[in-house]
Order: sequence, then structure tokens, then C-alpha cells
Amino acid sequence: MTVKELCKTCDFEVCCMPFPEREVKGAYIGDLLSWVMGRANEDNAWITIMSNVNVVAVATLVDTACVILAEGVKLEQDIIDVAKEKGVNILYSILPSFETAVKISGKVL
Amino acid sequence: MSEELVFHFDVDGEDFTSAGQASVQIKKILRRLGLSPEIIRRVSIAMYEGEINMVIHAGGGVADVRVFEDYIELVLKDKGPGISDINKAMQEGYSTATDTIRSLGFGAGMGLPNMKRYSDTMEINSVVGEGTEIKMRVNIR
Repeated sequence: MTVKELCKTCDFEVCCMPFPEREVKGAYIGDLLSWVMGRANEDNAWITIMSNVNVVAVATLVDTACVILAEGVKLEQDIIDVAKEKGVNILYSILPSFETAVKISGKVL
Repeated sequence: MSEELVFHFDVDGEDFTSAGQASVQIKKILRRLGLSPEIIRRVSIAMYEGEINMVIHAGGGVADVRVFEDYIELVLKDKGPGISDINKAMQEGYSTATDTIRSLGFGAGMGLPNMKRYSDTMEINSVVGEGTEIKMRVNIR
């Protein structure tokens, strides 16, 4: 499923979506950035509550398909600008991480 | 490739939030050189962890990346406080980072272990009070 389809099907909000057609394969949940870098895979949807600019760097390096910010967490505009520039898709979910994962389960694996 | 390609980066110790620029840069360079995604991922993650470590613990430093025919070498040097117990620092989960650093999502105690995980060889030379030099090698073939 593409990021755009996932966003629509799961009723997430678009924060920024420079690559809407990117395929999502699997997911990873985590807030400790080194842990995410060590464990998450390319093309994953990464569910987190972290909202600083380092999230964009980690998403770029791991090459995740999208970041899903859970718990209604929002990004500052300057971070959104960096994400757009680096081509990182970011979605907002009002649900906690677990419920967000349950919602995308079966759609991205 | 008879001569290696060399890339030098200064890692700014004051600029915590923009840390990672050197790794993102190196990722782009390696992509242009046509290396495999797996190699690119390993090098850029190892580099990012090193960069973050230098910012968190050492007030910045320098990174040199050399691309040889068979391998990529990363050398990170700083003039920070040094690592007093390298074995302990290599343990997953061990960290001396402050709460502020942890609130940014770092300080999980995974930096050095990740660098080891993603490189084929890693050498740490550290002198307390003088600084640390880490040399990593990622084999291309």
C-alpha cells in the first residue's frame, strides 16, 4: 500500500507528503533514535512520538517510507520545512502508538 | 579506482539539532557513486551515530571518509573528554548522556554498539582528557 492510500484508509492527517506513491512495507515503533536506526528497516512506516528535527535525519538515513507521529503530536513549521526538503513523508495520528500500529496492521505487511 | 576518494567534514558541537548533516551528505555521495543501498545504509548510520556522539560528548570534531575500491573507511576524531571504560561504553544500554539529551531521543546507549554492528571492523583509541579517535571500515565486496 502507498503512503497516500495508508493515510486515507487509516484516517491519518497529512503533515507533509513529498512522495505520496511510496510503498510502505512493515512498520517499526520506537522513540529512542539509535534503537530505531539499529532496528527499523527501509520502507517501514515508523511510528513515534518524538517531534524534534533529528526524527527527520533518522527517517532519511533509515529510508523509511513514512513517519507516523502518534498521540496527536505535531511538528513545528521549521521542522516540516526540513522534512519537505529531505523528501520525508510525515503523517499525524491522534491515536497512541499501539492503536496506530493496530490500525495499519494488515495493510503494510 | 586507483586512488581513493576523500571527504572531510567538520562536525559542529554547538549545533545539536542539525547534527546528521555530514551523514546525510555522505549518503548522497555514496548514492551518486552507485554503491548498494545496504552499504550506503551501513555507512551512513555508523557515521550518524559517530557524529551524534561527538556532538553529545565532545563538543564536535572532524570526520574523514575515504572510499577505496574494496572498502569505505570512516575516521572520527574529537578533542573531548575521552572514554574511560571502553568495554562499558560498548555495552548496549550504557550511556553517560544527560536527561536533556535523552529527551531529544538520544542517550539510549546504542551509539557505539550500532557503529560496531554496521561496520566490519572498528577500532577505538581514546585518551582520557585528550580525545577519541574511532576508525571504522565497511567492506564493499
